[in-house]
Formats: sequence, C-alpha cells, structure tokens
Amino acid sequence: MAENIIEKIKKANLLGRGGAGFPTWIKWEAVKKQEGKKIYIIANGSEGEPDIFKDEYILKNHPQEFIEGIKIALQAFANSEAFIYLNHKYFDKYKKKLEKFSQGFPISYFRKTAGYLAGEETGLLNHIEGKRVEPRAKPPYPAEAGLYNLPTLINNIETYYRVFEIKNDIYQNKAFFSIEGDVKNRGVFEFPENYPVRKILEETGNWPSFDFFVQYGGGAAGAIYLPEELDEPKKGAASIIVFNHKKTDALKLMRKWAEFFSKENCDKCTPCRESSIRILEMMKKNHLDFDKLEKMFFVLDETSFCPLGKSMATPYKTLIEKVLKKEY
Amino acid sequence: MNSFKIYINNKEVVANEGERILDIARRENIHIPSLCHHSDLEPHESCRLCMVEVEGDKILRASCALLAKPEMKIHTDTPATRKALKINLELLFSQHEGSCEHCSRVEKCKLQEYSEKHAASGKYHINRKLKLSKFQFGPSIFLDQSKCINCQNCSDMCAKQTKGGFIILKQHGETFEMFPSEEKDRDCIYCGQCIMHCPVNALSEIESYKKVKKLLQDYKKKVVFQFAPSVRTSFGEEFGMPLGTNVTDRIFTALKKVGAYRVFDTSFAADVTIIEEAKELLEKIEKGDNTTMISSCCPAWVKYAEFYEPELLKNLTTVRSPQIILGGLIKTYWAEKENLNPKDIVSVSIMPCTAKKFEIEREELFINGKKTIDYVLTVREMAKLLKEFDVHLDKIEPDESDKEILANPSGAGEIFGAGGGVLEAALRTVYQKLTGQELQNLEFKPLHEFKRTKMAKVTIGGKTMKVVAVSGMENAKKILEEVKTDPTKYAYVEVMACPGGCIGGGGQPIPIDDEIRKARAAGLYSTDEKRKVRTSHGNPGIDIIYKEFLNDEKNCHKVCHTTYEKRKKGKVKKI
Repeated sequence: MAENIIEKIKKANLLGRGGAGFPTWIKWEAVKKQEGKKIYIIANGSEGEPDIFKDEYILKNHPQEFIEGIKIALQAFANSEAFIYLNHKYFDKYKKKLEKFSQGFPISYFRKTAGYLAGEETGLLNHIEGKRVEPRAKPPYPAEAGLYNLPTLINNIETYYRVFEIKNDIYQNKAFFSIEGDVKNRGVFEFPENYPVRKILEETGNWPSFDFFVQYGGGAAGAIYLPEELDEPKKGAASIIVFNHKKTDALKLMRKWAEFFSKENCDKCTPCRESSIRILEMMKKNHLDFDKLEKMFFVLDETSFCPLGKSMATPYKTLIEKVLKKEY
Repeated sequence: MNSFKIYINNKEVVANEGERILDIARRENIHIPSLCHHSDLEPHESCRLCMVEVEGDKILRASCALLAKPEMKIHTDTPATRKALKINLELLFSQHEGSCEHCSRVEKCKLQEYSEKHAASGKYHINRKLKLSKFQFGPSIFLDQSKCINCQNCSDMCAKQTKGGFIILKQHGETFEMFPSEEKDRDCIYCGQCIMHCPVNALSEIESYKKVKKLLQDYKKKVVFQFAPSVRTSFGEEFGMPLGTNVTDRIFTALKKVGAYRVFDTSFAADVTIIEEAKELLEKIEKGDNTTMISSCCPAWVKYAEFYEPELLKNLTTVRSPQIILGGLIKTYWAEKENLNPKDIVSVSIMPCTAKKFEIEREELFINGKKTIDYVLTVREMAKLLKEFDVHLDKIEPDESDKEILANPSGAGEIFGAGGGVLEAALRTVYQKLTGQELQNLEFKPLHEFKRTKMAKVTIGGKTMKVVAVSGMENAKKILEEVKTDPTKYAYVEVMACPGGCIGGGGQPIPIDDEIRKARAAGLYSTDEKRKVRTSHGNPGIDIIYKEFLNDEKNCHKVCHTTYEKRKKGKVKKI
C-alpha cells in the first residue's frame, strides 16, 4: 500500500510545492526507510513571505482534499502522527473548518507565532519543540532526525493536496499560482506546473498594457524579470507580482524587502544577519553603495547558512541590474 | 572506524568517517580561520569564516560542519574563499566595539589577527552596537553586548552549565542580542565557561586587578597572596611557556617582585580541606549513614546546588573550600603569629575561577563579620598585573627556598586542581585512617555512558565503596539525578562545575580545549609524583597547624566549616 503511493508519487513526478521544487517521493521514501520508529508528518502552512497566498486558497476552498492528503500520509507510515503548522492568521481563520475533516485522526494543529524563518522546515521543527527559531544544520535531514529527533515528513500544504489527487488518479500536473500587484484580477489560479508566466498573465486577463516587470518566487526573495523573460517557466514559490514600472519607486521597493529581511531573519549567521542590517541602513539613507552591495551579495550567496540567506541577494541583484541601473 | 582518502589543497590526507573538514585540516597543520568553532561545542556554523571550496559544489561550504567523504577535494585558500573571508570579517568587525588598546585579549585576538592578515577594515561599516548595554552578573561575570558577534558559544555553553541557560539570545528591536535571562528559575552560577568560549571578549570577568595594583603600590599595606593548585600548571601559558609547565616557584619570585608581603599556597589549605572532609566521611561511615557525600569546594557547583538543586544541599560536605580556609587561617592563625592586626592585611587570591569572586562575598564564610579574602584575581588578571609591573614569569628565576607552613602543601593538595583530584586526595587519607595503610594508586575507570565521569571502587574492611568524580555541569546533572533516585549508590561524589575541573576553570588562560586540559592536569600529577609527601595527613605542616590551632573545635568550626541555603536569584546590574 505505502510502496504503492510512493510509487505513484514518483511516477507523477510530483515536486514539492513550497518553492524548492524537491521531488516529493524522495522525501517519502527516506521516511519510509525509518519505519519502526515513531514518525511525524508535518504540513507546512506558514506561507510567511509577503504577497504569496496560494496555500490560503487551498485552506479556504479545498480543506477536505488537503486533509485527505495528510490521511494518505498517515496511512502510508506506520506509527505516525501529524501536525498542521499554520501561520497565526490561517490558524485563527481555518482551524475549525479543517478540524471537521481531521476529527478522529491523530492530527493536531500548531499556531505559528514566529516569523518568516519558522517557515524554513528545520526552523519550523525548532519552533514546535519550543526552541529558538533558527535553521538546523543538515544533515541530519528531517526524514532521518526531525521533530524531537524522530523521522519527520515535511511537505507544503499544496503538496498534500496534490498527493490526494495522485491517489485518486485525478492529478494533472497542475499548480496554484498567486497573482498580485498592478493587475486587474488578483487571485489564485490553477495552471500546468510548467506554464510560462506570460501565458498565465495573458489567460487570466492580467498581461499589462503598460511597461512593467514581475517578481516571481515570493514578495521578498523572488527574482525580478522583465516582460521579455516571461516565456519560460520559472522556479521557486508560485507567486507572480506585477509592478508598473513608471509607478514603482525601486528604492522604496528595496527598502520594503530590506525591512522584511532584517526583521524576519534569525541572526544566526554573519552574512545574513549583518548584510540585512547594512542593506536596510543604506536604503534608509537612500544612497546605494554598489561596491559594498556587491560584496554583501557575494557573501549572502556563497556563505549564508540557510536558504533564506542564500536567496536574499536575488531580488536586489536582479532589480538593480534589470531596472535600476537602466534608470540611472 | 572507516577511514579513507580526501584531498586538501591537492595534498592526500587520511580522514575518518564522521570527521569534519576543519578538524582534519587543523590536524594536518592546514590553517582555516574560524571564530565560533570550539571543540567543546557542536558546530554552530555562525561566523562563516571557515568557508572552503569543494570541487563539484556550486557554492562555498562551512568546513567546521562539513563531514569528510571519500575522495572529496577541498581547497582552503582560493580567490573565492579569500574574498568571502575578508567581507565576512568586515561585517563581523563592524558589530564589535573594538576598544582594542584596553582589551585583555588583545595579544590573543583572532579577530584582529585575521583582519590584519586579510586587510579587512574594522571601520568598513559604522559600528552598529555602540549603544548596546553592559551587564554584571553578581561580582563575577561581565557581559558587553557591544563586543558580541552573535556566535552563541556562550549561550550554548551556558545551557550545558545551568538548567535551561542563563545567557540567552533575545530579540532586541530588529536584532537579537545576548541577554541575562529574566526568568525566575534561571540563574548564573558564575562558572565563567561563557568567558572561556567567547572568541571576542564580549564576556569577561569583573576585574579587580587594578585595585590590587594600587594596594601593592601603597607601602603601608601588607598585601598577601595565595594561589590555587591548578594555577601552577597554567599560569605559564600567559607568558608563552609550554603547556603544563609547573611555575610554582616562579610565582613566588614574581609576587615578591611586585611587592607581595607574603605568598601562600592554596594547596596547603586543600590539605586541610581533605583532613576535614575525610573526618566527615569517616563519621558518616561510622554512623552507618551510607548516603552520598558530595564535595563542596567548587563555588559554581555550590551555587548551582543552592539555586537549582536545594534538595541535594544536605549531601554537601560542610567543609569550606581551600581558598576560604586559607583566607581564614591568614587572618586568624597567621596574623596572630606575625603580630599583625587582621585589618592591616590585604588578602588576595589568584584563582582559576570566576565563581571564587562570588564565594568571598558569602556572609556565612565571614570571620568576625569580615571577609577572609579581600580580592580574587583570575589567572588572566594576575598575568596582566605582572606584565604591567614588567615582571615576566618566563624570564625570572624560580624561588627555590624552603617554604613556610602555609606555603608548603602535599602532592594531594596539589592534585586538587584536576578533575578527580579532590576525591583521590580524600581517599588517600580516609583509607589510611581506616586501614592504617597507604592507599596504592587509585584506579579510576571512566564511566563510558557519561562524559568526563570516572568511577573507582575502594574496598575497606570487606566493604566496597563506589566513588565518582565528575566535571562539567552537563555531565554532573546526570550523576546528580542518580544520587536523587538512589541516595546510597555512591559513597562520595566529587563535582566540579567546569569541564576538566579547575584546570579548565573560567578564570584560566584562554583558549581552552581537551589537549590543554590534559597538559595542565598532567603537570599537576607529575608534580604530585615528585613530592616526598603525597598525602594530606602526611604533611608535617598539617600536624603543626592542628596542634597549634585547629584541634580547638571553635577555631576549626570558624575557619573550616560552613552551611548552605536555598538561594534566590542573584543580582544582575545593567550598565
């Protein structure tokens, strides 16, 4: 039975829907190997980056299917227990609704009170355990030693939703995309997972008539793309934010990111902690020192401890290169 | 263990499974810079200075945590590692208030060394921490947030040494900084292990050496010194001498050079402690009371017990620590002999310890309402003081003259400084008193399920006693749990709060690691072996002091014994 579902997930080539795009079956199989020990199953509904809301869409519109996905995992792993980890807004809004479907199963809910970093899977584990929210070193991976040092399966909310589809043979390689910004129809839309951003915008009636750029992959850590770069599918969290070029103050936008990162990072490692502070300092002064920025981007990319730090330079780098330097 | 080949800078190196690249490189004398790495702690991977290139990897990797894999090809010095190192150093330095000219670590500062070597500027960004706070924990520990580089070594260590951790990382505006915990159930035990593991002197002792320096310059004052057992084989490190060198006789010369009126050896009082502890243990045995007796000469452990484990206070021996006993003897017995008014004596002790600064403030240890010791200096402070007087231990002649009673210990008194030493010294005396024979070398066996814990079995009159010596509170906690659940499992437990005992104490020279602890302890044991008198009861000075003074029960009680009480949280002062 379990082999069956993992095999099915593998065949469907399901990629994790949290943004990293890691093959889901590998995680499931790694946890399967640990059977014999108690196993934790976690649904990550932290959705902590600004302007991403596709998980909320699932909680609102497909709670039953999502919970069914978790039950499939509970069934797949002997001696398992599940946690649904929700950011505090989602927890307050949707817990009751979800409980209708999870009653009678070993599924409990955890309210995320910590910041963005608690969305990183090992930061999340620390939070549930009551420890300081900072990412853990890997290895060991959560599949081997996760929550309370026990094997733990962590997937995004949508991933469980797609597992439900796979189990019932209705999966069509689709994904939810949230669309936000200077658009006519903001919202969450379902498209084939490899759909180019151009088509998504066109088919939702959102392709702008004005000069614009797009941030894809999250409202802070996502990369900036120009209209001519939107014919290819993009990697990262499925979030599209459209900016009207003329109406957007690039410095203000960077300051918004800088405020987010500086507030939300965990201060564990030097490059991320210090760069986020120094970049914000610069943005507050409205003066960009490109030489210093380049250096900080280098250590962020090369030496940060966790994915947040490693992705922090991307939005600045792409915005500066594609938009700001052209304006200067 | 599985071993295999890896390549570091094109050189073939044998690595073992589970080994990390930084450790392998250092073993092979390949230097990789790091500030937060410490062999006592799991890699925290925070400073990001130890980055290396791994062939086939897209980005740099932190070598402190990177596990070796067969055929791995590592490069430690490339344009990318150099670039990253310089930038991260500049970022780090801009959150460290570098008042280097006044810093006691200036000679050993790695942040400065690396920055000079890699032309990293400390002023690349404006220091962001200038307005942060400073804290004093009791009379012992000084936390300066403006120097902290957020490596979390202190809080990691503190969590091991206390319950839950007293030094914690806390949100402060948009950043996280180190703070003393405000929780009611957490307190500092003053052990100073945070200091030993801080790479940038954000943690240090509350200094007293400037006051002592002034007193030494005042010819009307009679400043007397004592120095702890473990100090004799660590002090030399502050002057570049080889690890484990015994500098006892040089300490006498040095202190006299800076104006000491008299120099005593705390190890002598350790002999007194032994005699008294042995008496207590013998009484217990005779009474048929076979509950565990726990040592009490470590003031950080005593503070721990009073705050975190008051139910164990009944198990502590009532005997005062050697420092306090010697302090008492100086201001009573010796003062009277020398015809001095105790008020005119300034009693200073050189300790491997920051908790000793707290110990001298305990009112229950006062004699006639006065402190028995006036100032405690750590080994680091004393080294600074000597250097300010231009006295260098490595360059002076040892004082080989015969020492007076209070400066003449047995080997037993000297091994007090190494983990297990108190226990061994006490058993030598107990064994002799009970059997009339000398205890041959006590055979300790490590308790493999516990770290830094060793056990011995001693058979006296057909009865076997189990005794345990444990150091490092992290390890002691486990033994203490055993004592709580089975109060008769062990006859005697020696608890030292710092890993390795006093030789690894919070007032010792920095750096510290197991190799250094081993060398310091080995130094003490080789001194012990060379001593003619190796037992406390065999020390002729002990006979004299008991005949002349301590056989009087009142004197003995006043100078040698104390009480304990459940203690409330200590004071933290914000500056």
